[in-house]
Amino acid sequence: MAKILSFTPDDSVHAFLTTIPEVTYGEGPLSGVTVAVKDNISTKGIETTCASKILKGYIPPYDAHVVALLKDAGAAIVGKTNMDEFGMGTTTENSAFGPTLNPLDKNRVPGGSSGGSAAAVASGLCDVAIGSDTGGSIRCPAAFCGIVGLKPTYGRVSRYGLIAYANSLEQIGPMARDVKTLSRLYSVIAGHDPRDATTVNKPYSHEPSANIEGLKIGIVEEFFGEGVNPRVAEVVKEALATLESLGAVVKSYTMPSMKYALSAYYVTCTSEASSNLARFDGVRYGPGLDSAKSWHDAYSEQRKEGFGKEVRRRIILGTFSLAAGYYGRYYQKAQTARQMVRDDFERIFRDVDVIAGPTMPDIAFRLGEKSDPLQMYLADILTVPANLAGVPAISVPCGKIDSMPVGLQIIGKYFDDEKIIDTAFAFEQEGV
Amino acid sequence: MVTAEDVRKVAKLADVGIDDSEIAEFTRQCSGVLEYFEILDTLDQNQQLYRERYNILREDEVTPSLSQEESLQNAGQTEKGFFKAPRVM
Repeated sequence: MAKILSFTPDDSVHAFLTTIPEVTYGEGPLSGVTVAVKDNISTKGIETTCASKILKGYIPPYDAHVVALLKDAGAAIVGKTNMDEFGMGTTTENSAFGPTLNPLDKNRVPGGSSGGSAAAVASGLCDVAIGSDTGGSIRCPAAFCGIVGLKPTYGRVSRYGLIAYANSLEQIGPMARDVKTLSRLYSVIAGHDPRDATTVNKPYSHEPSANIEGLKIGIVEEFFGEGVNPRVAEVVKEALATLESLGAVVKSYTMPSMKYALSAYYVTCTSEASSNLARFDGVRYGPGLDSAKSWHDAYSEQRKEGFGKEVRRRIILGTFSLAAGYYGRYYQKAQTARQMVRDDFERIFRDVDVIAGPTMPDIAFRLGEKSDPLQMYLADILTVPANLAGVPAISVPCGKIDSMPVGLQIIGKYFDDEKIIDTAFAFEQEGV
Repeated sequence: MVTAEDVRKVAKLADVGIDDSEIAEFTRQCSGVLEYFEILDTLDQNQQLYRERYNILREDEVTPSLSQEESLQNAGQTEKGFFKAPRVM
């Protein structure tokens, strides 16, 4: 029997781009749980824009795999959340429809790119949310808004119906106010999907356990180094002491590839974006072209009008990285660096169960604070390594600075999402 | 370092359109990012990429897909059941 729920949130932080006033839901493990879905995930019959003017009015004719799973589980999908256009940003200020505000301080950003999803959950407008994480886009806003967010192991959640930005890096993942609820949501969305050939058959059906006696935690020195606010580092070190008091053993490591990680990430993601976003040509979706004009003129005109500056900048950078004569200088070297990141993780994970450190180098920025693209990119330094390697990573709140939350990031071995969820759960039980 | 001409050329290749008024800003910002990427030049390039990748293919069988109406429903312009695109020549 289908049930109906009315959803009329007082959205003073602009978390939602679309809300569903009357939501139908069914029976199942998530029956009646209100879920917000990031606006780059296709929802049949519900406008899906990626926070871009170029997709304004686009109504997907099909559901993303995760959306179908949520519906089957009885979840009530209440709306689509704001984001940086196509996922390109760290603050949600790059939305074509205006920024989302941080519910804890409306002069600050919620983080990005899944900022609307994080703000909706943090302000209690819905129970849980779905985000996507290409270089930190779930963990960053989770940290900035004081909630829990998981980037699963690459391949554990289907990307079918996720509007692609950088396929080799991104994963869909759960966001919630506590670890147990996040775990419940994750158990619904994980698993193999024949329509995404990169998924593996590793469903998730874990009950979080707070017993971390004997857990080996690696600390990467570079995660506490240059560019990281010393007060953030201090809060995170206190969190590590808490984990030690629960029986974990902490050991220090270095990760030489960190020097190259951000460049490797931005070369790779812009290259993939330049290819993926070529599909937005106004023919199959978009506002419609002036068909009297020539091909290139009509496309250029529409894409200039429809894409924001950051999207065009990343397409230009990616086209440049892949261009004849530059490929060897940028893309190829970025892949070598990406391998170094994976090798570093594999080396450390031969010794330890998880790696822990800060999620973000600082607390939530003030609106408009990061106006230079490179300065914005530098904020991703601690989250991109997990995407480059494909390993799972979770952010869990671990304290506050000036009333703003700090996130503890726990990174795990391939397909060992359960272990980082347990570690986050154990920490959460201690209360902050 | 990239020049204004490089940016203009790449913007044209990528069909993103660029105004004269934007060239200076895009050139400065892209130069900043590409200079940052130069750290990659210090990598040891003799390392072999050893990761194996393989394709996962299924049998070529007909499976359900979108109907013609569904496929066309978001198009700006259609004609006689086709997408209408700008002229190529």
